[in-house]
Amino acid sequence: MTSAAAALPLDRSPLQRLSSALYLRPALLTFLLLTPPLLWLGVIYLGSLFTLLAHSFFALDEFSGVMVREFSLATWKEFFGNPANWDVVIRSALMAIAVTLAAALIAFPIAYYMVRYAGLRMKAVLYLGVMLPLWSSYLVRVYAWKLILAKEGIVSWFANTLHLGWLLDLVLDIPEIGGPSLSTSYLGTFIVFTYIWLPFMILPVVAALERVPGSVIEASGDLGAKPGQTFRKVILPLAFPGVVAGSIFTFSLTLGDYIIPSIIGKSVPFLGETVYRLQGTAGNVPMAAAFTVVPIVIMGIYLTLAKRLGAFDAL
Amino acid sequence: METYAFPVSGRVCARILTIAMAAAFGAGLGGAQAQGLQTVGKGEGQVDIVAWPGYIERGETDKSYDWVTEFEKKTGCKVNVKTAGTSDEMVALMNEGGFDLVTASGDASLRLIAGKRVQEVNVNLIPSYSKVDPRLQNAPWHTVEGKHYGVPYQWGYNVLAYNTKVFKKPPTSWSVVFEEQKLPDGKSNKGRVQAFDGPIYIADAALYLKSAKPALGIKDPYQLNEDQYKAALDLLRKQRKLVSRYWHDAMIQVDDFKNEGVVASSSWGFQVNLLQSEKRPIGSIVPKEGATGWADTTMLHVNAKNPNCAYMWMEHSINAKTQGDLAAWFGSVPSVPAACKGNALLGDKGCETNGYNEFDRISFWKTPTAKCADHPEKGCVPYYRWVSDYIAVLGGR
Repeated sequence: MTSAAAALPLDRSPLQRLSSALYLRPALLTFLLLTPPLLWLGVIYLGSLFTLLAHSFFALDEFSGVMVREFSLATWKEFFGNPANWDVVIRSALMAIAVTLAAALIAFPIAYYMVRYAGLRMKAVLYLGVMLPLWSSYLVRVYAWKLILAKEGIVSWFANTLHLGWLLDLVLDIPEIGGPSLSTSYLGTFIVFTYIWLPFMILPVVAALERVPGSVIEASGDLGAKPGQTFRKVILPLAFPGVVAGSIFTFSLTLGDYIIPSIIGKSVPFLGETVYRLQGTAGNVPMAAAFTVVPIVIMGIYLTLAKRLGAFDAL
Repeated sequence: METYAFPVSGRVCARILTIAMAAAFGAGLGGAQAQGLQTVGKGEGQVDIVAWPGYIERGETDKSYDWVTEFEKKTGCKVNVKTAGTSDEMVALMNEGGFDLVTASGDASLRLIAGKRVQEVNVNLIPSYSKVDPRLQNAPWHTVEGKHYGVPYQWGYNVLAYNTKVFKKPPTSWSVVFEEQKLPDGKSNKGRVQAFDGPIYIADAALYLKSAKPALGIKDPYQLNEDQYKAALDLLRKQRKLVSRYWHDAMIQVDDFKNEGVVASSSWGFQVNLLQSEKRPIGSIVPKEGATGWADTTMLHVNAKNPNCAYMWMEHSINAKTQGDLAAWFGSVPSVPAACKGNALLGDKGCETNGYNEFDRISFWKTPTAKCADHPEKGCVPYYRWVSDYIAVLGGR
């Protein structure tokens, strides 16, 4: 033992000494490596977020409309007291739920085909097909949808050519979600949201399905399960965390988006638009901050539920 | 979202650069002594301007519309433009600083003055100021307590655009977009009219009520007491049932006139010109109630780093040629009457077409404030409430 210690050269360079000092103190090394990113996350990211949220405890002066930097619950009182604010929250949440469900329903068969049936080349084509829209401008795609869904757009032209105009009118006559045309109704907003966020659902579901071992499915069949039973009892439970992971994306993205509802739909305000207007147009930062808390709370509840369902194992 | 990029050309001629650097060193503390310029000295080599898209053109979109290149050659001041899509964006940019000038509309200018973001302009240093339209020289959106805070640039207004196939005779009142009624083609206006998607539109409703319900006693649509404000909101709630989409993006509205069966809406000359150039059956009119409008002012930042170049630009901005070219480009009205004659791009009828004679019928944008002249005791409803209430109206409350 003593001979090994004696073998260490005595006049080491400072760099070498630093290196061995750090090697002997792994905790210090971890601390040094983690401090910069943690500072970034803590100060720049979370710090500014909490500063914004803290603004919801300020209030606007009734008379001048200038923000008073004193603790006050007036903003929150106004937030909860005004039913128009609740409308915005409920409308956005319902839209996010509807879009998430639709995206899951569309994404699952596509993902299933990609994983189970598509050959190597077909798989590459499908991957490309799913990702390709993400590489083109989001705005261009939304504006294109506006033209597609317009009263004199391609969808209604198609419906009329096939003498199915009555069907489209029937759909548009549904109270609440209908309207004069697809592009000026909730239905149109819903279609475009689903289209835009669909890739974010497909990809996690593909990842989850790929982790379902083929042997398990074969074993299920060997044990006498019908295909339907295998799907319900084996594949779906194993792939479900992937669906939940995808739903986190579709849900939160729909909840916060303010561009789609401003271009397509009947001009009813959603959460993102409301924050944008309160902050940008009115200079009512406290109320905008209060509105910002809402999606955070909703997502907090959602993530807790998702964690219980094992969503984070499939990310 | 509504910001369009009009990138400033990167072509910097070496000579200008040299002059710029020499001037920057020569000027020394010029920036620090910006307040209360007494004489216009040598240019600093550049000037930074916040402007509406399309307001400062150097011939990059269309070669014939260029009022920058010549200015740069003459003065050695390179013009850097930052475009902003909304008044609020302009106020935010000016609050950040780093700019010399801003083309502020009436709903931003008073905010900038009250927030001390802009400084008094010495109009004696701008020889052409005397040629500015007398109706604008002391306008309340840039002159406070007798002090000038800028130079009028251009003005225009919101028109009632209508489909000429549906309206054989032009509509005479804004009621076609506010009250449910049968249009001349026998069908209801429900789902076929649009309104502007911004809280300032409450003033349009108030302007209509001013003559439709004189009992309310509205004088200025930007100064509303609680009762008048409530009546305007009630009208807008009724309108919500007629409107399928509110517009805020000009190109979307153009598209809606073409593809969504919209037959009447508040609009700008810009959309009307564009639709007419495509031979669409669209006309426009200022109805009997008058209209709301905007008047823009070039204002000088309180800490402007290039005051000499800024003053030179302000002088250049109200030169008859600049004004005429800009009016032709933007569909607006010059602030200098001399611009209306002999401008090749605008034509001799241009000013009249763009609305030169409508001035008295226009209620120009102002930011509604709690303290107001019309209701000195109880005060007016301030702008931040306009915003949250308009969100509620759009949401159907």
